[in-house]
Amino acid sequence: MVPLSWYILLSAVMFCIGIFGFLARRNLIIIFISIELMLNSVNISLVAFSHYLQSLRGQVLVFFIITVAAAEAAIGLAILIAYYKNNPTIKVDEINLLKG
Amino acid sequence: MSVSAMLLVFIKTILVVSVFLIHVMYVQYFERKVIGHMQSRMGPMRVGWHGLLQPIADSIKLFFKEDIIPSAADRPIFYIAPIIGVIAGVSSVAVIPLWENFSIANLNVGILYILALSSIASYSVILGGWASNSKYSFLGGLRSSAQVISYEIAMGLSLVGVMMMAGSANLNDIVKAQANGWFIVPQIIAFVVFFISALAETNRVPFDLPEAETELVSGFATEYSGMRWALFFMAEYAGMFVMSGLAATCFLGGWSGPQIPFMGTMSGLIWFLMKLYMFIFIYFWIRATLPRYRYDQLMGLGWKIFIPLALLNIVITGLVKIL
Amino acid sequence: MTLPQLFFLYFAVSMTGLSLLVVTRRNPVHSVLWMLVLFLHIAALYLFLNAEFLAAIQIIVYAGAILVLFLFVIMLLNLRREETERMFQDQWPVGAGIGVVLAVFFVVIVGKIAVLAPLGEYSIDAVQAEGHIMSIGKVLYTKFLLPFEIASLILLVAIIGAVVLAKKRI
Repeated sequence: MVPLSWYILLSAVMFCIGIFGFLARRNLIIIFISIELMLNSVNISLVAFSHYLQSLRGQVLVFFIITVAAAEAAIGLAILIAYYKNNPTIKVDEINLLKG
Repeated sequence: MSVSAMLLVFIKTILVVSVFLIHVMYVQYFERKVIGHMQSRMGPMRVGWHGLLQPIADSIKLFFKEDIIPSAADRPIFYIAPIIGVIAGVSSVAVIPLWENFSIANLNVGILYILALSSIASYSVILGGWASNSKYSFLGGLRSSAQVISYEIAMGLSLVGVMMMAGSANLNDIVKAQANGWFIVPQIIAFVVFFISALAETNRVPFDLPEAETELVSGFATEYSGMRWALFFMAEYAGMFVMSGLAATCFLGGWSGPQIPFMGTMSGLIWFLMKLYMFIFIYFWIRATLPRYRYDQLMGLGWKIFIPLALLNIVITGLVKIL
Repeated sequence: MTLPQLFFLYFAVSMTGLSLLVVTRRNPVHSVLWMLVLFLHIAALYLFLNAEFLAAIQIIVYAGAILVLFLFVIMLLNLRREETERMFQDQWPVGAGIGVVLAVFFVVIVGKIAVLAPLGEYSIDAVQAEGHIMSIGKVLYTKFLLPFEIASLILLVAIIGAVVLAKKRI
């Protein structure tokens, strides 16, 4: 039997790698991917909790997280394309003008 | 799971996969014959009796051809792209029930498994197009990604009606639920949506825009040659078999049918193959008959007609189930 | 070490490695591809936890829709120039530091996690007897009906937002 803490540890490590990618990378697309990575690591811990607590609440939450992630990806990438049309760069440190 | 049970699954898998690959090889001969006769030609005649050994000759030729890799290609992705497609196509066969109580894996989420693998298969075309680093391939890859995403929604939604009728996503249960009548009658809207979406999903005529010969040379496969090109080809035909098998299972009752004398349980397999090859024949028939769609028409058809129709079908099925 | 533990160890090691690969690739397409492999591993882990419906959804929605959307956008923007520039921002050590500190913090508290009674009613046997799709559907459409409707509203907002943003002139 795999202990619950192993799953949480894996999820925590993945979450921290996601945070590192989110804070350190310049490419906006990779930053988006890092957000997806963090959401997925949280999903793993939720499913693990739901399995060990024998309740489906965690899995229902995962369902909602996937919904929100899909919406977020669609809107975020649409904003990115709209920005890229005005100013062809996707480096976050070059996106420093309020007026587009 | 004991060792002997694992060994049994292993043997089953090897048997089914090899028989499946022979079918995939020979369906190309079938296609050339069917289209030939529809156009008042004979089709392949030279190799063997009525060209029966043609697929073998073709495979030997492709196998020994030089494997050319463009110098500006992204090598690892270029190598891996065709393999993704074949693996996704072949592993989809695992959940399709071939005869009574026989499928390699009796999954409770069988339909979702096939949908998931078909979405993985779309990666092979997108990545092949991108990694070739050529304009034609790239346009083919982009077209395919948009097309596959759009039509997968319609296909998934049309299968929801079937799942609601059967009360299960397990393909074995779906076949058993059709004992009192095939789902093609109550789910006729879903069937039409599914079949046309399957044409788009497998990139067949009239939706073969990713590889439209007249505009894009050969689409995503332009830069591929030899064995890797053959793998793309195999992936397309494997996808066709899986979609036909899924259509036969979900709408025409799969292996069910009157007992054929002296065949025992094999009569189920014969019925299943007959239904499957009927669909494959329709694929070829459409290819010989219809012209290609324009791209905006294709997207409009998917989003404005099929998805609303599939949603309507779900609502109607739900209402009928409540009443 | 038992067989499930060995399986889990493989998943833990490879998923950590894959996450690192995802955030350190220069080419976004490679990043997305490693993410695809990572998603397949996550789906397998869900199967391991008896959540077969979520495993299928993970691949259909994440791998089949969201990642393809990412690929589509990467291919739409011409990023050849960006590949030659430096990957990290100037303040990347701060990001790395925050990541490491959080990781240490998590590792310290994770050891204190334990499963306490009372357990819920959906034990593995109960879910398998009913079918995972059916049991999750029952919970979703009774206890969580309002959040479910809100989720559909979020999707509607996302559709309208994407259509508006994709127009030529905002």
